[in-house]
Amino acid sequence: MTENPQTAIDVVPANAPTLPVVDVRKGMFGGGQSGDTSGYGGVVRRVEFPAPAQRPFGGEFDEIADELDAALADDGLSLDAAVEAVVIQAGEITFHVRPEHLLAFVTRLRDEPALRFEICTGVSGVHYPHMAGREFHAVWHFLSITHNRRIRVEVSAPAQHPHVPSIVGVYPADDWHEREAFDMFGIVFDGHPGLTRILMPDDWVGFPQRKDYPLGGIPVEYKGATIPPPDQRRSYS
Amino acid sequence: MADVTYEEPYGDVLGDDSSADDIYAGTYDTTEGRVYTVTGADWDSVLAPPEGEKERVVVNMGPQHPSTHGVLRLILELEGETVTEARCGIGYLHTGIEKNLEYRTWTQAVAYVTRMDYLAPIANEAGYVYAVEKLLGIVDDVPERAQLVRIITLELNRIQSHLVCLATGGFEMGALTAMTNGFRDRELVLDLLEMITGLRMNHAFIRPGGVAQDIPEGGVAKIREVMRKLPTQLDGVPQLLVDNGVWKDRTSGIGYLDLAGCMALGITGPVLRAAGLPYDVRKAQPYFGYEKFDFEVPTADTCDVYGRFLVRLEEMNQSIRIVEQALDMLEPGPVMVADKKIAWPAQLSIGGDGMGNSLEHIRHIMGESMEALIHHFKIVTEGFHVPAGQVYSAIEAPRGELGVHIVSDGGTRPYRVHFRDPSFNNLQATAAMCEGGQVADVIGAVASIDPVMGGVDR
Repeated sequence: MTENPQTAIDVVPANAPTLPVVDVRKGMFGGGQSGDTSGYGGVVRRVEFPAPAQRPFGGEFDEIADELDAALADDGLSLDAAVEAVVIQAGEITFHVRPEHLLAFVTRLRDEPALRFEICTGVSGVHYPHMAGREFHAVWHFLSITHNRRIRVEVSAPAQHPHVPSIVGVYPADDWHEREAFDMFGIVFDGHPGLTRILMPDDWVGFPQRKDYPLGGIPVEYKGATIPPPDQRRSYS
Repeated sequence: MADVTYEEPYGDVLGDDSSADDIYAGTYDTTEGRVYTVTGADWDSVLAPPEGEKERVVVNMGPQHPSTHGVLRLILELEGETVTEARCGIGYLHTGIEKNLEYRTWTQAVAYVTRMDYLAPIANEAGYVYAVEKLLGIVDDVPERAQLVRIITLELNRIQSHLVCLATGGFEMGALTAMTNGFRDRELVLDLLEMITGLRMNHAFIRPGGVAQDIPEGGVAKIREVMRKLPTQLDGVPQLLVDNGVWKDRTSGIGYLDLAGCMALGITGPVLRAAGLPYDVRKAQPYFGYEKFDFEVPTADTCDVYGRFLVRLEEMNQSIRIVEQALDMLEPGPVMVADKKIAWPAQLSIGGDGMGNSLEHIRHIMGESMEALIHHFKIVTEGFHVPAGQVYSAIEAPRGELGVHIVSDGGTRPYRVHFRDPSFNNLQATAAMCEGGQVADVIGAVASIDPVMGGVDR
């Protein structure tokens, strides 16, 4: 590692990109087609996620970050190089890891005695259709029984090329979880030993939990009135 | 079969003329090799493996097999009675609950998640609600009484879930009395849950901010009475099985998975504790106030089906202890958070036409306060907003760590809810536990994981 340890403390540099606004929603109740006289048509709501945290993170989070930084140095990396942003919310820390460094990152999580995240409690896919260039997120949660800690690791991939590295080689427990994320979101985990559908039938077309995949359902008539299926009812954005 | 005259109506569709020999159990070639359909009485023709091929007998156990715990499909490759490869086929009970949640309010979602792992409905609700409360930042604002009622129902849920595990597990291995006793005792617990929540399962009882209703009048005494009676009742199964030579022979050393295997496969719950590690989320990262309770985390060091059986037996006793302590701590008070912008506006009560909003509340909104009516309408139809971001909550469900990952976009509906169901994860250990063992032991091994397909497939 060439950087001096002092500067490495600044995990998120001052010029780090802030997380993009996920979505901007206009109007209310799904209206806007007809002449809206309610005034709600002008409502604009920006969907913003928590901004990246700066050092010090507080509590044991700084410890984890320091240990990670030291451990990654053995791979010729640093926390800055491997991590795009660190977000702290509700007492939980999220490392947004660059995909190319994910394997090195999780290997250190498992092997480093000071980190010792023995258990990966699976991956959860999330689809943000409005985050251009990083529509698909794979979110892993890790548990260290030794140190009684949890962290979250997040990797994003563009919709045109929804590939992220598989960590099954490091955490075998992630096998089915990655298959589920592939099944539901079409996120391809490169290096997975057998990435096939797990919950949906093998010949299913489409990825059901993507936001552009319809929920389905039919209108229900009850006492003369018709109730539209849930995904066509008005919503409160 | 030479006397059977039969002509294949569609000609030689299988590319093989052997169908003429046996119309019901012919052999044919596929790209995977020669396939034999065995129907009995034709063993001579299939005993010898074909030239240059290893004999493979693949047996599908399930998805409708009674001893695979619901619709689990086990694909077993056998060599005689020995399992050489075991694979799970799941997904037969996938109902898209996670997707459905994205079209319901945060509170309505409770009624969906309760249907995932249907033997631990309260645990599903608790995990989900805990995550929502974390994101709302109201974890510390939930009233003490609500937390205690949650713990009481959670532990009752654990007892009834373990009883099903022991009952069906015993049944599948021939201990029928374990089954009859288990289900008999479970009724007592289900009666309590019905009294508290109104339903035997799918309770939708734990809501963001508290619980749907308080324990009814006389309920505490009823729970105490059952808790007094239960240890004697529950003792029947241990007396019958713990030192029973047949049961021990049947369960010892099978379904072996040691600590290293558990760690690699992310196994939690009784299976992990039977490998000797006393890890329990209730102790390690307490929620709902579990840190105030005095209870043990039972372990075993045998890493096998017998150890898991012992761990579950003892966990039920510990749950009884927790319920009794919680009853002692109960003080009168609200069971829903004070913030009216989050709290469900009404408590439930039993009326002449069944369960519904309490009459007091109906009188208030219909007769006394227009604003209360508007508020009721708003909070019930629109719901409340949850700050944008994501959160992960972990609780100790009967089968292990139940993790709930929730993403909110700041709206009144979840943006994404993911359940890390312990059955789903633990079922991955099937291959490690079963391969190399006997077919008959597969049943015991799977029963000791205690998978609930509603939770696995969601």
